[in-house]
Amino acid sequence: MIFLNINNLNVSIEGKKILDDFNISINEGEVHAIMGPNGCGKSTLANVLAGNEEYEVSSGKVIFKDQNLLDLNIEERSQKGLFLAFQYPVEIPGVNITPFLHASINSKLKNDKKPELDNLSFAKLLRKNAEELGISSDMLKRSINTGFSGGEKKRYEILQMSILNPDLTIFDETDSGLDVDALRIVTEGINKFKDSKKSFLIITHYQKLLDYIHPDYVHVMRNGKIVKSGDISLASEIEASGYQNF
Amino acid sequence: MNSQTTETLTKYAQNKYKYGFVTNIESDRPKKGLDEEIIKFISQKKDEPEWMLSWRLACYKKWLKMSDPQWANLKFPEIDYQDIYYYSAPKDFEEKPKDLSEVDPKLIETYNKLGIPLEEQKVLAGVAVDAVFDSVSVATTYKGELEKLGIVFCSISEAVKTHPELVKKYLGSVIPPGDHSFSALNSAVFTDGSFVYIPENVKCPMELSTYFRINAEETGQFERTLIIADKGSYVSYLEGCTAPQRDTNQLHAANVELIALENAEIKYSTVQNWYPGDEDGKGGIYNFVTKRGLCKGKNSKISWTQVETGSAVTWKYPSCILKGDNSVGEFYSVAITNNFQQADTGTKMTHIGKNTRSKIISKGISLGQSQNTYRGNVSFLRKADKARNYTQCDSLLVGNKCGAHTIPYIDSKNNSAIIEHEASTSKINEDQLYYCRQRGLSHEEAVSLIVNGFCKQVLQELPMEFAVEAQKLVSISLEGSVG
Repeated sequence: MIFLNINNLNVSIEGKKILDDFNISINEGEVHAIMGPNGCGKSTLANVLAGNEEYEVSSGKVIFKDQNLLDLNIEERSQKGLFLAFQYPVEIPGVNITPFLHASINSKLKNDKKPELDNLSFAKLLRKNAEELGISSDMLKRSINTGFSGGEKKRYEILQMSILNPDLTIFDETDSGLDVDALRIVTEGINKFKDSKKSFLIITHYQKLLDYIHPDYVHVMRNGKIVKSGDISLASEIEASGYQNF
Repeated sequence: MNSQTTETLTKYAQNKYKYGFVTNIESDRPKKGLDEEIIKFISQKKDEPEWMLSWRLACYKKWLKMSDPQWANLKFPEIDYQDIYYYSAPKDFEEKPKDLSEVDPKLIETYNKLGIPLEEQKVLAGVAVDAVFDSVSVATTYKGELEKLGIVFCSISEAVKTHPELVKKYLGSVIPPGDHSFSALNSAVFTDGSFVYIPENVKCPMELSTYFRINAEETGQFERTLIIADKGSYVSYLEGCTAPQRDTNQLHAANVELIALENAEIKYSTVQNWYPGDEDGKGGIYNFVTKRGLCKGKNSKISWTQVETGSAVTWKYPSCILKGDNSVGEFYSVAITNNFQQADTGTKMTHIGKNTRSKIISKGISLGQSQNTYRGNVSFLRKADKARNYTQCDSLLVGNKCGAHTIPYIDSKNNSAIIEHEASTSKINEDQLYYCRQRGLSHEEAVSLIVNGFCKQVLQELPMEFAVEAQKLVSISLEGSVG
């Protein structure tokens, strides 16, 4: 099975080219990190994979689990097992996580032709996973992301990931705006969730995050394409001397 | 005469009566239009006392001199009052659909989405049901329990006969028949509605609902409801039902009056889901409702909660007159308009007594090509020392062909009054939709979720069970509006 293969992907927004013949392959169980300076197209990549309709794909192919990903809309991609942990999770006033995530998981189970979860089993699952992430029951009662701190929002993203159990998770600058403690809690959550079947695409600006989650591959991205690939030592190189050498 | 003969004769007599009645049905709808004869006819049909008939006739005379209010932000053809039937007897068994297969499948689909049991669906759809089923027997059980507490809960026609002193005293005391043309019209021709009296210091132990009382009957288009909460009492009243009502009447002009005496509290919740017309704006009900509550005694409280999703045209302003010192008025509203629906709705809070407080939370959602107007009037009279009002009006637009309008009037004759007003208008947020869809929800589910969140402040004011149904209803009202 081809897990994820991006082939010569070209993307522009309002006429401006952001991804330029972009290529990457990710296999089941692998952790990839993409590092790059601001404006190199990292976040665009994340949103194009998730299906954000603001971007225009002009050419190229994306295969995800043997299927043409570009044929699917946002929710179909999610139901197929793609999860995007947002850089800035949006506030949804008046909407509680319980019905929201319950509907989410059931849409996925339905797509997988598996039995849906009833209220009680879902509530149990949510409580258990929240506890593991140090999310209090008070926090579960609040509206999604509404009035949350940066750290709380990111923990909520991890909670949703752990419930929806995706095959591919894309972290879009999950470390941005987090202090050391929050970063530790969030990465612990990710590490708990990791296993040999799950794949991750970590998009980040700094090496810090990669100290906690060890990637199998590190890619450097500039001007809409990957300019160098290697292992974790590449991240150290960037940390030491920045992006100007790439 | 032996007993068998008596029996046969009785049967014959009954049959005869039945036939007589059928013949009468013909003359029950002798002609369209309104005149004194029709009013006399209605009064006679209901076997009303003389005072009731003269009240009706006086109201009719007032109506003749009035013209319809024109200030609302609504467009509809002028109503031809001579082209309406003002009295229709309860439908005969033969006229009703025999079973659900004869009912519009769209209606059934909605009932199923709302999770309404089959037996209740039949009643709602107007199917002839002869067997006793759950909610009827439930109603009987309720009635017994209420009677023990001295609570009166019956139809207004019954109350005219059984509690004339209360009806005489309070009918038209909050909404004077001459208030505007629709109130005069209703007062002249009202056919039925509810009457509630809660005695001193009695807390009504259950939600009173028309749903239990009259669903088998036809309320008619000119509903009249009167609720009186005596000193220190409490009642929560639910009007209608979340299921769409099968109705062929074009014009609805209901009047609802509430009276709360000292330390009494009335909570009145409505979910209105009349037929809104089709996708092209054809058909649908004109809903011109006057609802007004009087906080007559000190420390009394009246709270209106409404979820308006139906009708082609809605003209409705549940109001509170805060006469007693320290009395409280509240208005919580969700109004959703879709396709070509028009709603002009809001409230009127009149502060008369000292330390009176009012709170208005209005949420308007417009979709399709609909127009949604909030119209509020908050006034403080000279003696309303230290009275306060808080108003919050939020409008949400889905799509770019609809409209939202907020028209608050504020009038203060007392310098110590405190008025706060917050208003917002926003379009449904693309980032929120993206977020929800990334989690696997369809576009439609996402809109429904976000709109329900937007309305939560109001929906949570509804009694528990009602709130759940109202949420489903909100979702259904949004269907087909996005794509």
